[in-house]
Amino acid sequence: MAIAKQEVRHIAKLANLDFSEEEIGRFTQQFNSILEYVARLDALDTSAIEPTSHVDSGSHALRDDVLVPSISREEALANAPESERGHFKVPKVIG
Amino acid sequence: MYGSATYRVALSGSGMEYEPVIGLEVHCQLLTDSKIFCGCSTRFGAPANTNVCPVCLGMPGTLPVLNRRAVEYALRAALALGCRIEPVSIFARKNYFYPDLPKGYQISMYDRPLAVQGHLDVEAKGETKHVGITRVHMEEDAGKLLHEGFPDSDRASHVDYNRSGVPLIEIVSEPDMRSPEEAHAYYSALRTILVYIGVTDGNMEEGSLRCDANVSLRPRGQSGFGTKAELKNLNSFKFVQHALEYEIRRQTDLLVRGERVTQETRLYDPAEDRTSPMRSKEEAHDYRYFPEPDLLPLQVNEEWIGEVRRWLPELPAARRRRFVAEYGLPEQDAALLTSDRALADYYEAAARAARNAKAAANWVMTEILRKVKEDKIDVDRVPLPPVRLAALIRLVDDGAISGKIAKEVFETIYATGKDPADVVREQGLSQVTDEGAIREAIENVIAQNQSQYAQYKAGKTALLGFFVGQVLKATGGKASPSLVNRLLKERLDRP
Repeated sequence: MAIAKQEVRHIAKLANLDFSEEEIGRFTQQFNSILEYVARLDALDTSAIEPTSHVDSGSHALRDDVLVPSISREEALANAPESERGHFKVPKVIG
Repeated sequence: MYGSATYRVALSGSGMEYEPVIGLEVHCQLLTDSKIFCGCSTRFGAPANTNVCPVCLGMPGTLPVLNRRAVEYALRAALALGCRIEPVSIFARKNYFYPDLPKGYQISMYDRPLAVQGHLDVEAKGETKHVGITRVHMEEDAGKLLHEGFPDSDRASHVDYNRSGVPLIEIVSEPDMRSPEEAHAYYSALRTILVYIGVTDGNMEEGSLRCDANVSLRPRGQSGFGTKAELKNLNSFKFVQHALEYEIRRQTDLLVRGERVTQETRLYDPAEDRTSPMRSKEEAHDYRYFPEPDLLPLQVNEEWIGEVRRWLPELPAARRRRFVAEYGLPEQDAALLTSDRALADYYEAAARAARNAKAAANWVMTEILRKVKEDKIDVDRVPLPPVRLAALIRLVDDGAISGKIAKEVFETIYATGKDPADVVREQGLSQVTDEGAIREAIENVIAQNQSQYAQYKAGKTALLGFFVGQVLKATGGKASPSLVNRLLKERLDRP
């Protein structure tokens, strides 16, 4: 299941990442070598095995519906590149 | 341009009749105190970015811990909708970049939802419609994006993450609705039931309930589906109906002209009453869901389901049927009284204490609901306890006061919370049942209205009502009207 440059570009776009043509070429090769390696698992018969979503089969630790003090607005905004009147400021998006 | 006239002409001109197929996706905020994965408050209206912490701001290295009550409310809703609860459900990451989503993904459920295969019966156009519920799943809400109101709003958007991480359930219906009216009725019934069971405040202005609709057309009689459009921003019952009406006209017009419907997401603009394509976020639907590694599968055993089921109140439809059977109320009255849980509780308490279900229904539907409307309060804030209203009904039923006086006493006890019997005693409002006193009043009225008396004797018996009114007035409304009526007739008809 070889993948082409086009798919690598698509994945980069979904991840909001920008790469040069040289990088796209290199990643396409690397993706394919990883997928080929993992494809060796296809040799095994897994038809009788339940898909595993989590390595721990235990169940959830739940918390009670109790309020915990929030952090201050100053702390919340401390890492924001830009903020205005208590809000995070981001490049214009259309709602 | 898609007026209803166009719609009809288009239909008749095509010789083909199209049938709308509608399904709704409803998001409902759960009434927990804290958020779904952290201890921040869910309170609406707090100053921006004050109900936030590293978890709901999506800081690296933080871990979500699921709120037990959020699960219980989701289970309660699923059970009320007749769903089958899955023994194991799995949270998944829905990946996309948008600034209202601090982590770059939303924790939701995907191929293993909390509950499946429910249904809701709704009344539309006098018929009962069975609407299937495909699934109910849990997820976290996103933050709130503000596109205007700041000096630099033309260049920047502003984000408030107070809402980020508020627990939601998404309720997905089957494509079972065939008209905007049915969609409206379903959404409305869904809201009633969710508010009734106490899992949401149902406040649509504050976004506690939000609705998207999928709508497509197909030639009537065909069982396959046409291409659908997804409508967003249907934030009131009215908008749901109007947006669907518009969209059905638009799609009909396209099909009649031999064009195709494009599968797309469209935004409803209530000011223009039209839908238009949302600027497409390219590849936005490639969400790359995968199981959330930070949350273990959610396991719900029979014991937990049983516990939630025990807390489930009697649902509106069942209660409405019981009100008709047990209290002999007309269907319409039973529907009104069960439309709100607090109202139904109030009514039942009053009806039982008064031992007169019909009178209690009348009092609650007219006087109590009038007060609620005038004072703009919720029914559970009515200051008059139902047992006091019941005591007032008993006074009327026992003949101690007339219905007219009862209305006056009602005003007093509503305002003061006093026992109606005390009010009657203090203000001397007891019904006059002393025949001698009433006869005396009758004689006085006749003496003062000789010409009407003469007309009556000449055959104009319709004047009886006039005399009854005069006598009641003369006794300050305290005389028993039936007694006045009888004594007057005796006196007037005496040769």
